[in-house]
Amino acid sequence: MAGITGKDAVLTEYANRLETLDAPKGRSLTQDAVRRLVRNKAAVLSVFVVGFIILFAFVGPYLLPWTYDKIDWNNIRQGPDFEAGHFAGTDQNGRDMLARIMQGTQMSLIVAGVATLVSVFIGVIYGAVAGYFGGKVDAVMMRFVDIMYALPYILFVIILVVIFGRNPVLLFVGIGCLEWLTMARIVRGQTLSIKEREFVEAAKAGGAKPWTIIMRHIVPNLTGPVVIYATLTVPEIILTESFLSYLGLGVQEPQTSLGTLISFGSPVAETLPWMLIGPAVVLVTLLLCLTYIGDGLRDALDPKDR
Amino acid sequence: MVGYVTRRVLSAIPIALIAVTACFFILRLAPGGPFDGERALPPTTLANLRAHYNLDLPLIQQYFIYVGRLLQGDFGPSMVYNDFTVAQMLWIGLPFTLMLGFSAFIIGTIVGLVAGALSAVNQNKWPDYVLVFLVMIGLVVPNFLMAAIMQLVFGVYLDWFPAGGWQNGSLAHLVLPITVLVLPHAGRTARLMRGSMIEVLGTNYVRTAKSKGLGQRLILARHAIKPALLPVVSYLGPGLSYLLTGSLVVEQVFALPGIGKYFISAALNRDYGLVLGTTILYMFIILAVNLLVDVIYAWLDPKVRYS
Repeated sequence: MAGITGKDAVLTEYANRLETLDAPKGRSLTQDAVRRLVRNKAAVLSVFVVGFIILFAFVGPYLLPWTYDKIDWNNIRQGPDFEAGHFAGTDQNGRDMLARIMQGTQMSLIVAGVATLVSVFIGVIYGAVAGYFGGKVDAVMMRFVDIMYALPYILFVIILVVIFGRNPVLLFVGIGCLEWLTMARIVRGQTLSIKEREFVEAAKAGGAKPWTIIMRHIVPNLTGPVVIYATLTVPEIILTESFLSYLGLGVQEPQTSLGTLISFGSPVAETLPWMLIGPAVVLVTLLLCLTYIGDGLRDALDPKDR
Repeated sequence: MVGYVTRRVLSAIPIALIAVTACFFILRLAPGGPFDGERALPPTTLANLRAHYNLDLPLIQQYFIYVGRLLQGDFGPSMVYNDFTVAQMLWIGLPFTLMLGFSAFIIGTIVGLVAGALSAVNQNKWPDYVLVFLVMIGLVVPNFLMAAIMQLVFGVYLDWFPAGGWQNGSLAHLVLPITVLVLPHAGRTARLMRGSMIEVLGTNYVRTAKSKGLGQRLILARHAIKPALLPVVSYLGPGLSYLLTGSLVVEQVFALPGIGKYFISAALNRDYGLVLGTTILYMFIILAVNLLVDVIYAWLDPKVRYS
């Protein structure tokens, strides 16, 4: 069958392969993205480290001899002591630092999760509605976002938290409400281009209501940018939470968070260094890894910058 | 250009008014008041105090009184620090906060721009890796932690700079606080600058410039820097509000007498006048800088001016 030119041989081989159903596979966009992400060593390593920190925070407390609020009267202000089971020392009240760091990490992670969900929820709906309806609605809604951008809103959150008490739920929602602005802008920009596509036109022609079009046809197509930006929001939120906790506006004793631990640790760091080093290392590692993951995801899903 | 600036100034007025209103009502609708203490005051004293500060009037009327006075530049009395008016307290603190904030803003922006540009020009070579790592540190170490580390290392162990205090603004007392404020701002600026510079260096007109034989320095100065600055400039406004937020912490940690120092205790004490006054002042600074940023943006990008 093979002809004189090599081309025929290639084609024949291809035809044979097609016969045995061993066709060369194309790669989907998602597979491409995953490949790019896996090749990014910093991001992969960060995923493992974050996974380890999550285990550390949620499983760790069960493996320790002490709980975060238990006072050990024999070991107050002691450095790391393996015999007594205080692997990272104790604080001025004789509470085990390692258990407190685990509890604090837990709190920071929970706040990050809930507040990110809140900000994604508000940001996506707000941005999609503004982008879809366009015109005056868009102008007014985006003007509002501009106004919010111009305000020192951390001051508003401080006022809110101070006034309505140190309620963790308020903390979650307050921080979430703070971080949705950029998400709304990104989503609006994407929606403006998606709404011109044929499938939206088809849905309109089929008589779908605006709300249905937004939720069924536009929002699912926003997944990429939303995931990227949400990942980048998580470290921001952890920072904000630890900032508020540092100022004494976070969760209440005996519960703690990484920011609270650092605020108690820093004044005494000269004499009791273990009170600062532990929480500081966990917080910085967590933020560093989350930022690397966010960057990696952005490069993988949105390869424009490469 | 004059028309554009006028329009921007006018559009800032409703923003300021909305923010003042929101802040006023949030504060007032909250439970508690400035005269709640460990020991309850006798009812007549309390009534007299409330009458003195107009707290017994309907809320709407209080609001109009407050806004009316505000328009005349009167921030009202502090309800906790009885010897001072809010304007006096803010007036004492303002120079410190402004000096701290703006020095950090200027130094951080310059450092960030230079670092970002260097990083982009040397993309994927060792100076880039070193700079990207430093930027990462600036970004992820929170300012309160950085402040503690700086105090400990340079203030206590090495004893190069004083760990706190003001001492009439001697330079040595300013080094640590300004460094703490500069690092995250420089980090964010550098990151943005690197990204946009890499994008610009990949465009066709830069390639054209290169292919017609222009030297790298000339390409950067003539063609690359200005368009690469656009995203950075639009970040400067939010960047400044980050800085002012940071100054809340830095003023507390380093015991500096700025306007942020009283903010949290004032909110806890329900010192309405002081909290509102501080918020309004912060907002005013941020709006002014945003305005400036918009004007610079319009100068850099003619499309903005005429839209």
